[in-house]
Amino acid sequence: MNKGKKNINLILGLILAGIAIIPALVGIFWTPYSTEAMDVSLKLSAPDMRHLLGCDNYGRDILSRLMAGSKITLIIGIGTVFFGCSIGTMVGALTGYYGGLIDNVLMRVNDVLFSFPSILLAMVFVSLTGAGNLQLVIALGIAFIPSYARVVRAEFIRNKNMDYVMAARLAGASNLRIIFVHILPNTIKVLVSSILIGFNNAVLAEAGLSFLGIGVKPPEASLGSMLSDAQTYLFSRPSMVVYPGVALILMILGIALISKEIK
Amino acid sequence: MSLLQVKDLNIEFHDHIIPETVVYDFDLEIDQGEIVGLVGESGSGKSMSAMAIAGLLSRHDMTKRGSIIFDGTDMLNCSRDKLRSIQGDTLSVVFQEPMTSLDPLKKIGYQVGESMMLHRPDISPEDRKKRVIEVMSHVDLDEPEKLYDMYPHELSGGMRQRVMIAAAMAITPKLLIADEPTTALDVTIQAEVIELLKHINRKHNTSILFISHDLSLVRSLCDRVLVMQQGRIVESGSTKQVFEHPAMEYTKKLISSIPKVEIDDTDC
Repeated sequence: MNKGKKNINLILGLILAGIAIIPALVGIFWTPYSTEAMDVSLKLSAPDMRHLLGCDNYGRDILSRLMAGSKITLIIGIGTVFFGCSIGTMVGALTGYYGGLIDNVLMRVNDVLFSFPSILLAMVFVSLTGAGNLQLVIALGIAFIPSYARVVRAEFIRNKNMDYVMAARLAGASNLRIIFVHILPNTIKVLVSSILIGFNNAVLAEAGLSFLGIGVKPPEASLGSMLSDAQTYLFSRPSMVVYPGVALILMILGIALISKEIK
Repeated sequence: MSLLQVKDLNIEFHDHIIPETVVYDFDLEIDQGEIVGLVGESGSGKSMSAMAIAGLLSRHDMTKRGSIIFDGTDMLNCSRDKLRSIQGDTLSVVFQEPMTSLDPLKKIGYQVGESMMLHRPDISPEDRKKRVIEVMSHVDLDEPEKLYDMYPHELSGGMRQRVMIAAAMAITPKLLIADEPTTALDVTIQAEVIELLKHINRKHNTSILFISHDLSLVRSLCDRVLVMQQGRIVESGSTKQVFEHPAMEYTKKLISSIPKVEIDDTDC
């Protein structure tokens, strides 16, 4: 692939992700109206100068809810990646580096986790712990551990027999030092692209769970719960579906393009 | 007593159904300040023996019989902590492939100073930098201050091998194992590396175990030579004796395989 075309991917990805993420970042500090205040007189009102995207079935400002919803989705996505990636990296590093019994035990557990669809696993977990943002992050995080563990494990196996690791060992470096100071930085390149893809999967999973009503709790907005609210009005007011749907698509498409470029 | 004493070393792999012996009854003694060459074709067990001496072979999947006594320590049975305290301090290794034996993400200076950082924690970072730069200039690296902050990919193969030697020599080991250090380099750089090893040997009285399949290099560098074939030492003796009066047919063949450049005078 030539360099010019690659850059187009990256720039397009940054623009798309930016359109989706910047309102979310603004939503952390400020939204035009309260996201939960209902006003029956504004129910399903069309866009005007005061409510740029109109109002939903409870008379809540859609733009405000879109900003807050993107924010929640973004935070849950990042939290999930952080949780899944840190544990998955530990597991992958230990199993890949030491091999033997610890590898067999942990990777079989990993295989069991991997054999269930991650969204199903998260559903089971949420139904056990109850809904809530933290529970959602933990549930999705656990469901995404195996994918990181596998990537990191493969990189560790590839790196651990390389000469530079031998040389580090010969300098008198301990196993932990070799794992964290020498091999781990060398896996970052592969890890970054799987983090971006994992973020996308987490965003989709969160939207899916919220759509099903077991993710983010109802009065709070998330892209998934907005889609869920909107499905009743799919034909009478399609714009209610379009806004959160487009926000989701922009976020995922943008990140996917960036990760493709980074690879 | 000699610096390194290896007696009846046998190495056997167990990672397949049938155990496979790769080194038989390996005996070796190296005195302080001596350069010993270990020659043989690929797969003859010379690197395996060297890795065993350096304590780099994994402890499962293979059995090792015999004894390796280095500087009073039993390398086969001592604790890992003890082994680590020796590796990089009194014993160092230079590998064959300079392109892969440096960590691609760490600066040159950090890698050269790593063994010093681990084994001499009392040296302050400023002193360490000074000493690293000194070691780097000793191995004839130009502009060591500039190289200190460079990454491995910015260096040529010959320079990287010098960096490796500098890293190995950072805290002046008693024994330097050079596992085919010149194989990946071109001929002029090879000669410079050999000169460098000779210089190190004279200056610090460091013993060198030089592993190679290049007999002409062994001849120019080593005091004594061991010839290995299929896991066994088939001949050993002083360099002069082995090269001038080889006893074994295999050694004779190896020696006759040294390429000779013959220039026909009539063409000139």
